Amino acid sequence: MSHATVLHETHVAAGARMTDFAGWRMPLHYGSQLAEHHAVRRSCGIFDVSHMTIVDLSGNGVLDWLGLVLANDPAKLATPGQGLYSCLLNEKGGVIDDLIAYWLPSGGYRLVLNAATRARDMAWLSGLASDAGISLAEQAGLAMLAIQGPDSASVLRHALPKLGPQIAALAGFHSIQSGDYFIARTGYTGEDGFEVVLPAPGAVQLWQQAVAAGAQPCGLAARDTLRLEAGLHLYGQDMDESVSPLECGLAWTVAWSPSGRSFIGREALEAQRQGGVTRRMAGLLLEDRGIMRPGQRVDTAAGPGQVTSGGWSPSMERSIAMARLPAAADELERCTVTIRDQMRQARIVRLPFVRRGRVLVQL
Amino acid sequence: MSEIPEGLQYSRTHEWLREEADGSLSCGITDHAQSALGDLVFVELPAPGRKVTAGEAFATVESTKAASDVYAPVSGEVAAVNDALEADPGLVNSSPYGEGWLLRIKPAAPAAGLLDAAAYRAELDSAGD
Repeated sequence: MSHATVLHETHVAAGARMTDFAGWRMPLHYGSQLAEHHAVRRSCGIFDVSHMTIVDLSGNGVLDWLGLVLANDPAKLATPGQGLYSCLLNEKGGVIDDLIAYWLPSGGYRLVLNAATRARDMAWLSGLASDAGISLAEQAGLAMLAIQGPDSASVLRHALPKLGPQIAALAGFHSIQSGDYFIARTGYTGEDGFEVVLPAPGAVQLWQQAVAAGAQPCGLAARDTLRLEAGLHLYGQDMDESVSPLECGLAWTVAWSPSGRSFIGREALEAQRQGGVTRRMAGLLLEDRGIMRPGQRVDTAAGPGQVTSGGWSPSMERSIAMARLPAAADELERCTVTIRDQMRQARIVRLPFVRRGRVLVQL
Repeated sequence: MSEIPEGLQYSRTHEWLREEADGSLSCGITDHAQSALGDLVFVELPAPGRKVTAGEAFATVESTKAASDVYAPVSGEVAAVNDALEADPGLVNSSPYGEGWLLRIKPAAPAAGLLDAAAYRAELDSAGD
């Protein structure tokens, strides 16, 4: 039995092709995923991401508790409203999920987690919270819309005119709360953008206002090509409990200092760091014809690896991938990818491929 | 509702065949198939001259998300391929029965087990299209 978001009828009426994702009926595209992708790079797109898990935390010592649970340090949150990207690790340093933690202007903390990992996340967090007297409140009655692209600020200001000045002034990875609305300047596309969390009944109107202001409805297919170009990780493909953040390009999200903060997984990561990390994340640009897909074998001068996310880049009109490679595999080196039993030539490149509408990799 | 032109033959795996004046058979994927796949970004076709057997996966069409096999609806030899798809695979989406044709086959034997437009429509309806 799959869930539907409050926007389900709106999507169907707009001609969306719906798909099942993590137990949710979600729009895959509204006719052309390529046009949707380009709309986000060039102007503005809007995504229904109400399937994501939102959990609000409260209780005495909630900041210290988060400092135990997150690999990044929530004490870095300097002002109410600020957000922090982090991994949630198990004791072995494996990634249970990635998330954004916000210090809510109203006082507590908000976690935004993946839909596909909801059950595992909630079981893990509940177990840790009950011992510490922290209360977790899953916000199932909220919807979440992502408005993304260079024109997203002007679209959102048109849709929410009363909040215009606050929207314009909002810094990246910061959020504001106004009444029932929570607005963060975050996203999953590599463009400027906003994620708006609001009570579900109001989401249809906000969606329609944003579309009227020029936002192109976008589905999960465009969301995936946009995040891949932006080098943003997808949980379950680019990392899972069998890899640590040090092995998948997320070392920057691990806060080692203060050294006394003994977050879950720290010991394992320290040991891994001392023993030497043998795998790393890299970008691949296919030089031959074809399309790289997850699971395909990569052969480098330093040994074999594997494509974790691969596909077509609409901005570059080439196939690109994220791949787990031996740590010694060098950038700009050539490698081969086995695509449907054929060896194809690719180049190892630095992530991301595209940011703020610009291709950063030399073709 | 998918477009299903009269006068073509259809396979249950969503390929179409059209008989040309020279006796060869043009082959492509149906409107239903292109719509289900979404925007195509890569098409891989067999080399002209290759012998193919009915039911064999002989071409690949890839959307941003997935690669799908195209199955030969008839046995024979590949007589020609649509080179325009290399530069513009989206022709398969915009014109699945026209400019988005995949290839021509010189049949070794008459096609068997294919559907006419009405039967293919019934097949899609029963699958919930």
